[in-house]
Amino acid sequence: MIATSYAVPSIIVFVGAAIIIIVGALGVITFKNPVHCALSLIMTLFGVAIAFIAQQADFLAAVQIIVYAGAIVVLFLFVIMFLGVDRTDHVHVEPLVAQRPLAALGVVITLGGLVALMAQSHWVTGVMSASTDGKPLESGTANVHQLGTSVFTTYLFAFEATAALLVIAVVGAVLLARRERTLQADEVEV
Amino acid sequence: MSEPTVRAIERLDLLTAETSEGAQELQRREFTKPSELGREIGAVLLANDLHIDPTQVDLERRDDETMIINMGPSHPSTHGVLRLMLELDGEYVLRCKPVIGYLHTGMEKTGEELSYIQGATNVTRMDYLSPVINELNYSLAVEKLLGIEVPERAVWIRMLMSELNRVSSHLVWMATNGMDLGSTSMMIYGLRERELILAFFEKTAGLRMNLNFVRPGGVAADLPDGWQDDVQVICDTILERTYEYDQLLTGQPIFRQRMIGVAPITAEEALALSVTGPVLRSTGVPWDLRRTMPYLAYDKVEFDVIVGTYGDNFDRYSIRLNEIRESIRIVRQCVDMMPRGDYRSQDPKVTPPPRARIGESMEALIHHFKLFTEGFHVPVGEVYSAVESPRGEIGCYIVSDGGAKPYRLHVRGPSFVNLQAIALLMRGGSVSDAITTISTIDPVLGEVDR
Amino acid sequence: MNPLLALSDPLFDHGVTGVIILIVLIKIVVGFGALMNAVILMIWFERKAISDMQSRIGPQRWGPFGLLQTMADGLKLMGKEDLIPAEADRFVFKLAPFLVVIPAFITFAIVPIGGTMHIAGHVVQLQMANPPMGILLMLAMSGISVYGVMLAGWSSGSKYPLLSSVRASAQMISYEAALGMTIVIVILVTGSLTTHDIVLSQGGNILHWNLIRLGLVPFAIFLIAITAELNRPPFDVVEAESELVGGFHTEYSSFRFAIFFLAEFMNTITMSAVMVTLFFGGPAGWVPPVAHLKWIFPILWFLIKTTIFCFCYIWFRAALPRFRYDQLMDLGWKRLIPLSLGWMLIVAGFLISWRWGLLMGSVVIFAWLVLTRAFELGKTRESGPERVLPTIGQRPIPGSVIRKMSEGDS
Repeated sequence: MIATSYAVPSIIVFVGAAIIIIVGALGVITFKNPVHCALSLIMTLFGVAIAFIAQQADFLAAVQIIVYAGAIVVLFLFVIMFLGVDRTDHVHVEPLVAQRPLAALGVVITLGGLVALMAQSHWVTGVMSASTDGKPLESGTANVHQLGTSVFTTYLFAFEATAALLVIAVVGAVLLARRERTLQADEVEV
Repeated sequence: MSEPTVRAIERLDLLTAETSEGAQELQRREFTKPSELGREIGAVLLANDLHIDPTQVDLERRDDETMIINMGPSHPSTHGVLRLMLELDGEYVLRCKPVIGYLHTGMEKTGEELSYIQGATNVTRMDYLSPVINELNYSLAVEKLLGIEVPERAVWIRMLMSELNRVSSHLVWMATNGMDLGSTSMMIYGLRERELILAFFEKTAGLRMNLNFVRPGGVAADLPDGWQDDVQVICDTILERTYEYDQLLTGQPIFRQRMIGVAPITAEEALALSVTGPVLRSTGVPWDLRRTMPYLAYDKVEFDVIVGTYGDNFDRYSIRLNEIRESIRIVRQCVDMMPRGDYRSQDPKVTPPPRARIGESMEALIHHFKLFTEGFHVPVGEVYSAVESPRGEIGCYIVSDGGAKPYRLHVRGPSFVNLQAIALLMRGGSVSDAITTISTIDPVLGEVDR
Repeated sequence: MNPLLALSDPLFDHGVTGVIILIVLIKIVVGFGALMNAVILMIWFERKAISDMQSRIGPQRWGPFGLLQTMADGLKLMGKEDLIPAEADRFVFKLAPFLVVIPAFITFAIVPIGGTMHIAGHVVQLQMANPPMGILLMLAMSGISVYGVMLAGWSSGSKYPLLSSVRASAQMISYEAALGMTIVIVILVTGSLTTHDIVLSQGGNILHWNLIRLGLVPFAIFLIAITAELNRPPFDVVEAESELVGGFHTEYSSFRFAIFFLAEFMNTITMSAVMVTLFFGGPAGWVPPVAHLKWIFPILWFLIKTTIFCFCYIWFRAALPRFRYDQLMDLGWKRLIPLSLGWMLIVAGFLISWRWGLLMGSVVIFAWLVLTRAFELGKTRESGPERVLPTIGQRPIPGSVIRKMSEGDS
């Protein structure tokens, strides 16, 4: 399969996707205008989707585009546009104390962990899939079947817990966003 | 404040310096006096109280939460060159300020330079959608000053023409209102039906708009041969088409959602703002000058004054639609009851002699010459007379110093007065509602700015 | 050989050769050309049809029946000055039109426009591509196409386009959910994501069409949602010319404007085609038992069905006034999403067994009752004695709650 045989076309696809992902990611942190950052984020998401397709996870690729690019980043942009925060911010102003050193520390830890994991095992290559007990992912429609089965059997609890979390988040958001104001007895209707 | 923002404000100053209308514009809250703010949010001074207390208005609202946008003077649906400045919270209108004067041509002042006989050509261009009614208004005022009676036939011709004009004006309103709501077909249908009436006007007066047909002393010409048939066809066609509009719009769920309950006004508020016409009648006040202060022969015909209940956009729509039907009813009665006789006053001091008489009679030639060079003299005095235009009470105030030209001419344009209610009506509605509200107030900017 | 390719199309069963690459290229070129021509015809058709409905004549000068009017308009637009506002974000402003037009093309690639054909000994599916994710690609692309609209509005640096892009983003997100849900219903009965399988499963007679076997509701929801996604009237709040002047393309001129225009009509055609694919059996229909005509009839059926839907959009435009933005949101969130969710549950239940179907049916009816009650409660909070004022301060209609300031009870 692709992951093991390293055919030339798949290497080209991988390198292309990787470049898109990294350029996009760099764009997110270097652009000054938030809208441009969001655009770079979409680029990254597209790169990831391509990588998914190269790994024969079509469904995930499609969901990646539909959910992340199609909904979440649209929401980001919605907020950016609606709140009018699309002015360029100043880099030297630090909103939170010691935010930057802490962020740097976080990056180092994450990166170090990832490198350590990669040195230890080969799971990033897709051979040992997390969802199918070591079997390689099937492709096409079977892939969706496989995914559905594992989500609704093996990982049911995690799945339902995520759903509950999202519902709680929605309810919380509604409560926070609701500005209740009842009519006072002496208040003039405006 | 960060540096780019400062630059943006400098830029803003530059822009406003180029396009500013000065104090007429909607300013940010911090630069606005409470009384001014009250007007912008639609406060109404009632007889006993203030409807909205400006001191309770949220003065502390931050400007980055809201957005001031310009609607007009060149916007597709401000019905001409009306400019509205709206303060929006997202989609919703918080404050509104109309800025007018983009079509100001000094017509009232021009009227002081024109003789009474030329005056009708001037006033007919004010409310360009109801020219006949403008001329009628002017002529009635002049005739009142002169103290002359017009022949019976002229009265009925005037009534026929002004009712046809009312229909055509309401048809244009139906058309543009449909257009504003996105129903493009209505635009074409409304104008298509109006075309029938304009063709009849052309046949009668020689012109389609700005007819100069109703003149002091009578009307310019008698009705053409076979006018009964023409009018009959117009009445039948348009009455039938109004039921098609019912299908296209009145019963349309989306249309009803867009109109019902939007931009309501109470009778109290409407009276306090001296709003007239369909906007006032929509609140349930049966004030129609044709019925309350009859002129011409409106007391001799049968018709209903259509009133609404809620004062919302839908009421204003239905009133106009039903007024088309009522006007057709009046037109039919005019056809039946049209008397014979002269179509203009035979007073040689006011009415020029017929063309044929000029070659025969020296006296006629002199009258003709005098009338068309100097005009007729009107006794000293002042007069106000009003008629019901499709938009409300259109009044004409003339002061005469005894000369051949009015000393002062003022027209009370219903569009101009009704426009005062716009801030009140728009408050709390969305941008889409703002469009329908402008439409249902039905301003004609020629009349607003004069 | 790549297994992914084999899965999507039997053309690649025996490896990829030069001939096959040629066939694929021909398919792409023909598909592209067909879509472009269809757009030109669609613009002409819309203008002609709507003229007839409004008792006008419509285009008649260029070519027979004014067929070349679109070409003339396109040439005129290309000759115009390409303006970029001073306040615009130049890069995004230039990018946006392409973000609109590319998804429109890609979506059309997955639509099966006919059955199969034999070319040079190969069986060729008459669709540009048949990827395993199939119909999800269409969802993804309609999600992407909103970026073009949003960014066009934002980058213009002007207020009306900005309002339009805010409306666009909210509208697309709202209707995407209902759209996705109806597609899930279709996928449930098909058991596959590919458009080819969706069409195959609806073969046979008319009773197998998803329109009939899923009940009319999913189709109705899909039609409404897709009209909203397309920004076609009566859901054209995004470019509502009487409110927002031109919406997101107010500041565009010349060829960039032409691209927006093109994309809108391209989307109309594509979505009509997708609707035919999902609910009307795509190219399914009666085929005469003549060997050499077998391949052309499915295409004809497909064209006829698609044209009917294109006509429907024109009809909507001529007949219906525009929704208001908040009514649009209400319809999307309060009606279409619960309805499509409920219908999905019922269909899923019946797919297992009729018992489950009935159970799900009763659950949905119960949920519907609860929802109705909730809406009623919400209504009383809008107008009852303990009502919650809307944050903006919308004025109540006189008669329900009359302002009390002059009665002196304050």
